[in-house]
Amino acid sequence: MKILVAVKRVIDYNVQIRVKQDGSGVHTDNVKMSTNPPDDNATEESVKLKESGKVKEIVAVTIGDDKAQETVRKALAVGADRGIHVKSDTYIEPLGIAKILKKVVEKEKPDMVFLGKQAIDDDCNQTGQMLAAMLNWPQATFSSKVTLKDKSMEIVREIDEGLETVEVNLPAVVTCDLRLNEPRYASLPNIMKAKKKPIDQMVAKDLGVDITNRVQQLKVEEPPKRKAGIKVANVAELVSKLKNEAKVI
Amino acid sequence: MSVLLIAEHNNKNLKPFTLNAITAASKIDPEVHVLVAGSGSENVAKEAAAVPLVKKVLHCDSPNYQNYLPENLAPLVTKHSEKYDHIVASANTFGKNFMPRVAAALDTSQVSDIIKVNSPDTFVRPIYAGNAFATVKSNDKKRCVTIRPTSFEPAPKTGGSAQIDKVDAADVPNFSKFVKREETKSERPELGTARIVVSGGRGLESGENFKLINDIADKLNAAVGASRAAVDAGYISNDHQVGQTGKVVVPDLYIAVGISGAIQHLAGMKESKIIVAINKDGEAPIFSIADYGLEADLFKALPEFLSELNKLNTIQK
Repeated sequence: MKILVAVKRVIDYNVQIRVKQDGSGVHTDNVKMSTNPPDDNATEESVKLKESGKVKEIVAVTIGDDKAQETVRKALAVGADRGIHVKSDTYIEPLGIAKILKKVVEKEKPDMVFLGKQAIDDDCNQTGQMLAAMLNWPQATFSSKVTLKDKSMEIVREIDEGLETVEVNLPAVVTCDLRLNEPRYASLPNIMKAKKKPIDQMVAKDLGVDITNRVQQLKVEEPPKRKAGIKVANVAELVSKLKNEAKVI
Repeated sequence: MSVLLIAEHNNKNLKPFTLNAITAASKIDPEVHVLVAGSGSENVAKEAAAVPLVKKVLHCDSPNYQNYLPENLAPLVTKHSEKYDHIVASANTFGKNFMPRVAAALDTSQVSDIIKVNSPDTFVRPIYAGNAFATVKSNDKKRCVTIRPTSFEPAPKTGGSAQIDKVDAADVPNFSKFVKREETKSERPELGTARIVVSGGRGLESGENFKLINDIADKLNAAVGASRAAVDAGYISNDHQVGQTGKVVVPDLYIAVGISGAIQHLAGMKESKIIVAINKDGEAPIFSIADYGLEADLFKALPEFLSELNKLNTIQK
């Protein structure tokens, strides 16, 4: 079987982002970037399935500017076999990303597509579900356990009420939760080997799909700041403040 | 010009967040219609019709909709979306799961997790874990929007009498199957709607020690939350997680115990009205957003907190 895993380059999750004064977005110059965290879980799960012998090939794909290739290299360094970089220098909405991924799926014909459940920059949580709908495939979102069978997958999903188990026929789209697995680090020899693995290049606007953004970002601003609070000396003072000052208990 | 809102329910009753979504929908357009898709869900349709802000209920009852499989639900929503300019649902694991499938089928770009309606086409939504707010304008003719329930008040539940129309089911693809749902049963209030939330983090050091949190929660009639670190460590189940990829809560009082305050945790609770932090590390980032900070060993502070609460004559419920 074959897996396509989609990875996105985002501002590192540890970075405190800064909003631009002119309201046009957030600062990205000289800011540490890395792979979207749940995308690392998607790669890790693909590699585990390959190690189990059921999967023969993993193809890692990213969409973005030249630097986005770093995320594909990282996936190659932990076990993906080859990469695809769909070049775009401008932001593309999840709808457009899903259309591009559909084109890649039609070419690569994977049995499964793995993605992170949500990108931590635009927080949209849409791409995997949209891709599944466009392909007319089933989906398993927010997955925290994946069991691959011959023609289907049994998946445990994290939902607001607890856990849900579904079975989806292959081919299928899986979006990964952070608790699905513990992503491994790439070893130095594997990082060196990954440099020799092939990355195919494509250009987003040449793929024949409409990737015009339909949602216009009018402005980006900082959320209202909380005003600084106080430190209390002990528990008795805390309870007294909550009772008499904040009046919440 | 009207809004189709997809109700979340358990086939018996509406889920509370549907009422918040109805409020948001009514701010987009007062002509709010609610689609109830379920199995044996007559009472849900009646509850939706009783909400005064709801002008019409579309009810589709079929075993295919019993478990809200997105592969089954999305074609139904798409089928009945023709007359509507907006398709709306809650931005929780229910809405997040099926709505992008509807948007893809309609070739429309979804606007996720809005916290404010500026006009029928312009919305405010948090990005970067709530560290920035984006004002966005949708140029699509038909708009798929998910709303953050805690940013809107719940709509009044009774007094209305909207018409209930039975509507046709849609074809289902039969390539996915519901197996089971393991819901965490609790006597405490629901995390998403509780007036008080007491949350524990890595500082609790074990699942057993969450008893200290539970005792306080029981005393205050509060829900129990947790940081991702505590859930990852196996101290408590995932449905308690507060944060960017967990639940967003806006209680009157949020008590963070042994939680350092990672960006992704703050994203889930920093809109709370009053925030209390109890942490032995005085430099922990959680203190920078806390109204009341107590720098103390939680294993001493929590039993003391409980005994101080026990001394009070009255506690608000």
